[in-house]
Amino acid sequence: MSARDAHEARRRRENAQPGELSLAEPPSKGHGPIVRPYGDTTGDGMVQVSFTLPLPHDKRAEGAAVRLAMQMGIEPALLVHAKAIGPDFTFFVVYGPVKHLVDIREFEIVEREYELLSSKEVNTAIKKHLRRKLVVVGACIGTDAHTVGIDAILNIKGFAGEKGLEYYREMAVHNLGAQVSIPELVNTAYDLKADAVLVSQVVTQKDAHLHNTSAMSAAFREAFPTGQVPHLIVGGPRFEEGAAGGLGVDRIFGRGTTPGEVASYLIHALVDPTTRVTPTPAKAKTA
Amino acid sequence: MRQRSVLKLDPAQVKQARALARTAGRPVVNLAKRHTTVSVERATLRLAGLSGADHELVPWVNHLVDAVRAQTGLEYGVSLPVWDALRRGVAPDLATLAQKAAGGAVDFRIPEGKEAATVGKAARSAVARGIRTIDAQRARRDKLIARHGDPKQKPWIYLIVATGDIYEDIPQAQAAAREGADIIAVIRSTGQSLLDFVPEGATREGYAGTYATQENFRLMRAALDETSKELGRYIRLTNYASGLCMPEIATLAGLERLDMMLNDSMYGILFRDINPIRTFVDQRFSRQIHARAGIIINTGEDNYLTTADAVEAAHTVTVSQLLNEYFAKEAGLQDWQLGLGHAFEINPDVPDSFRLELAHALLARTLFPKAPLKWMPPTKHMTGDIFRGYLLDGFFNLVGAMTGQGILLVGMMTEAVVTPWISDRDLALQNVRYVLNAAGGLTEDFHPPRDGFIQTRAREVLGESIGLLERIVGDSDRASGPPLLAAIADGTFGAMKRPPTKGKGLDGVVAKGPGYLNPATDLLEEGSTR
Repeated sequence: MSARDAHEARRRRENAQPGELSLAEPPSKGHGPIVRPYGDTTGDGMVQVSFTLPLPHDKRAEGAAVRLAMQMGIEPALLVHAKAIGPDFTFFVVYGPVKHLVDIREFEIVEREYELLSSKEVNTAIKKHLRRKLVVVGACIGTDAHTVGIDAILNIKGFAGEKGLEYYREMAVHNLGAQVSIPELVNTAYDLKADAVLVSQVVTQKDAHLHNTSAMSAAFREAFPTGQVPHLIVGGPRFEEGAAGGLGVDRIFGRGTTPGEVASYLIHALVDPTTRVTPTPAKAKTA
Repeated sequence: MRQRSVLKLDPAQVKQARALARTAGRPVVNLAKRHTTVSVERATLRLAGLSGADHELVPWVNHLVDAVRAQTGLEYGVSLPVWDALRRGVAPDLATLAQKAAGGAVDFRIPEGKEAATVGKAARSAVARGIRTIDAQRARRDKLIARHGDPKQKPWIYLIVATGDIYEDIPQAQAAAREGADIIAVIRSTGQSLLDFVPEGATREGYAGTYATQENFRLMRAALDETSKELGRYIRLTNYASGLCMPEIATLAGLERLDMMLNDSMYGILFRDINPIRTFVDQRFSRQIHARAGIIINTGEDNYLTTADAVEAAHTVTVSQLLNEYFAKEAGLQDWQLGLGHAFEINPDVPDSFRLELAHALLARTLFPKAPLKWMPPTKHMTGDIFRGYLLDGFFNLVGAMTGQGILLVGMMTEAVVTPWISDRDLALQNVRYVLNAAGGLTEDFHPPRDGFIQTRAREVLGESIGLLERIVGDSDRASGPPLLAAIADGTFGAMKRPPTKGKGLDGVVAKGPGYLNPATDLLEEGSTR
């Protein structure tokens, strides 16, 4: 081995570049910064994938499956199962080592600022810290008649397998439905002593969602004494998550938000801020 | 299917449970009889042949009912003022009348005396044509089943398609039938249940489902007729008669020969916050239509178990099944039309969870021996671990095979992950076929021992059901309204409190006046064709 090769090998043991094989010995505990999948031997890189190709099941289809697996970085690709699904499709299962490496120093994790809680934990937190029900008022404002979003978050039916906020025993949820005027929303929130107001905006024609949201937050700030404005939350598929401040609201939720996330956030924001996910020494487990 | 009483339930207890369900249900039926809703009136106009919508896609039936309501109210129903206007020559037909009424150009009035009788006859004859279409579709279904045949195995295999685009749904449904599905359900777009109108035409965009429209019904039924012919097996089509337009959707299903409809007596109240009275009035009408159309209803008890614990709340399923049975029979449905629902939702970490599932499924089977029970797969404990989920679905299929369920909704290992891929469906059907093939005959061998775990658990659930029904019947703390409504208001079911004075669609409920006329209800109750 030339000196240059030896040097290179040492570098690859100690600090492999992304995309190249690490020669590092696995540390006795935990893992190094560069990882590959584990089948039954450290560093074997074994993965399994399954997929369907729009081809009738024959030799050509099997060849295509192996080729695709190789292009995914699985080499050699072991085709362990192929089965026709009707006359036009074939289902494959492929095993093999993947040549890719992941350098876990390379990317940053965007942590949500709140901890995801179970419904039980949410109820317990409210009971313990608030000692009354958390009052949530929700509505679609303006001409928006799309209650899909607000219903997914509030109705017990829920979304993505999670029950809506109505399901939480310690929350008093008032869903005002569609086309609620801003004064009506403000008055209802006032009468019900709302802790949080959730507004859904789906229609985005001519930036209606932005105008409505700004008007709504202004109305709340006018109607309530400073410091007593309910926590304002808007949700919809076209909001930018960083735009909350500019629109005068406390939080924005985007597409795909589930009721459990909203509930957990409400606890973090209004009930028990210690549910924040930060690697404080007391909580740090593995990170 | 041969029935055996493997559970040794006390017949007196079973009788008591049914009697209590009747006691709880009857006041609600009486309440339903005293009211009508905007959707019942719109369904009546649809039976008389009014369809279509204006350029903003607002259906003409909505325009006409709204116009009548604004002028004369709906206490007399929509039929008297509408056919009175036609008789006076305000418009040559319903469609023109609706257009004129939408423009505010029609004065409606309530005819009286002899005039009312003549107008009533004209309305009845128009509505009867729709009823006869439903009758003809039912006869056609019987003929096609005789020609192509029913599925060879029980339970029938029920698969879902839901692309949002009817023209994508059709090839998917046909492929699913070729793969072995006996029943195709087209899931509706999220939120359709809260629309107070039925969308029009063939639709290509929906959220997580496809809109239920008359044209979509027609297109899918025609496609499945082709596939039935190709496969030599009649493929049934399912949709959802629920939400604010339940009576109209049921009517369209009857007119377009759908074969099964989701139709639960309390689902909309509890899970969609629809007003209880609106729901019970709409329910009764839609069930009368389903009875007439020979449609099998599927009830939604599985939903309770997604919100409540499947062991603790097992008896609420039984209570709801008993209530659904009472409401269904009162509306004229026969035993073979009662696809009463229940589900495999016990936490798999609970010890003996499989034995508990068997006990619950057998209880339903034994209580409703002639009903084609609908057995729903696990959803709550499907975690995204597709491998574990596949095993859970296998055990679900095994309970279905061992307890003689009538309709089996195929569980997907990718539940809670993606809408099913073609491979998910194929694997799921392999799972079903393997279990039915390997263990379908177990109904013959499977006799849980006397007073063993399963028999004891089934009796326990029946006992709790009777207890709950007794509490409901005795719930008289609210002087106003039937005890069942008070129980719903108190949060007895699914932990949801739904008072009769609240909920969506309440403003569409009208108390009938003394001269109320609805030829559809009359024809359905009499069983007449003219």
